[in-house]
Amino acid sequence: MDFVGAYAPAHLKFLLEGFVVTLEVAFLSIFFSFLIGIIIGVLRYSRIPFLSPVLAVGVETIRNLPLLLIIFFTYFALPEVGFKLDKFYAAILALVIFESAMLSEIVRSGLNSIEKGQIEAARSSGLTYTQTLWHIVLPQALRRMVPPIVGQFISLLKDTSLAVVIALPELMNHAQIINGQNVNYVIPIFLLVAVMYFVVNYSLSLVSRRLEHKHS
Amino acid sequence: MLDYSILIEHWDMYMQGFANTLKASVLALIGSLAIGTVMAVFRIAPIRALNWIGAAYVEFIRNIPLILIVFVFFVGLPAIGIRFDSFTAGTLGLTVYTAAFIAEVIRAGILAVPKGQMEAARSSGLTYLQAMWHVILPQAVKIVIPPMGNQFINLVKNSSVLGVIAGLDLMYFGDLISSETFVTFDVYIFVALFYLLLTIPLSLGVGALERRLAKSR
Repeated sequence: MDFVGAYAPAHLKFLLEGFVVTLEVAFLSIFFSFLIGIIIGVLRYSRIPFLSPVLAVGVETIRNLPLLLIIFFTYFALPEVGFKLDKFYAAILALVIFESAMLSEIVRSGLNSIEKGQIEAARSSGLTYTQTLWHIVLPQALRRMVPPIVGQFISLLKDTSLAVVIALPELMNHAQIINGQNVNYVIPIFLLVAVMYFVVNYSLSLVSRRLEHKHS
Repeated sequence: MLDYSILIEHWDMYMQGFANTLKASVLALIGSLAIGTVMAVFRIAPIRALNWIGAAYVEFIRNIPLILIVFVFFVGLPAIGIRFDSFTAGTLGLTVYTAAFIAEVIRAGILAVPKGQMEAARSSGLTYLQAMWHVILPQAVKIVIPPMGNQFINLVKNSSVLGVIAGLDLMYFGDLISSETFVTFDVYIFVALFYLLLTIPLSLGVGALERRLAKSR
């Protein structure tokens, strides 16, 4: 094991560059997944004939598939039907598909956790269904959703590492490139990379726990 | 229209992959149940050092990517002379990773058993381990079955990382078939269907159990 060689400044910089891509992909993915997740969650909650069951089947299918398969699909299979994406966007598309399904479930259970009496009260005081949803149900539900959404973001941050299979230049990929130079770097580099993921994710989980205490 | 000839001609490969995915998932489940139970008991045992070991394991492993752990077994340990074949390395990685999540599930289950039970068991002369094994754990098991089912579903999905290190699972054979036939779209659809064949019944089962448990409370 060569800790000194492995932790050469050039390597540390290279790893940080990878980590920036990891964070970038994670943030962009969670942003779009959140938007789509809210839309799907609200539509499923609203029990619209035909649309809600179709969405339910879609969400359950995606949730029950490995993310890795979805990444392979967006990067290798979509070009076959004329839809070619750069690695960066293929990874984001795969993560967004997977995470929107996950987040829509969080949104739906958040909405379901709001007492039905509130909706009846709002409706009988003259608000329309959409107004009730927008002004009464969603604001309360969103607050309850914060801890599970942070948890989902932690998963997402870890899951970006799967994009190593399409050689997206993120943290895991950069670690593998350094490891390829010298077998003695492998353990020190994996250790450092693990610490990098851990520090960010553990901090996030502390924030999430704090918020949970505040609300309960 | 899907090209079913790809499925029929490569049936044996799909089946071998499917069997290995199932095998890796079941082996990792057994292993992670063992490690997870030990870690959960460590976290709540009345010994400081053990609490710390349990917490460190769970918090560290839960916050790092699975593929990193798999790489440690596949590339990291061989660098210091400990070698595994790819299936074993992948299954060990899955086990170590899943154990952290299972430990949390079991801990929540144990904490859900009223505290008075442990006190009653201890004061009637049982040792801590006896009370845990005969009184607390059997009751905790009922509570943890649905979340454990969810962990098994995750495990089946996560086992696809074996494909990254040529672990002979469904994902790996999917890649192999697509590189032999130059067809990707249809091949991956079939791979997806095989995963769903495992995960959908499990999801439905877990859902039914959750509803039954919610009613019985």
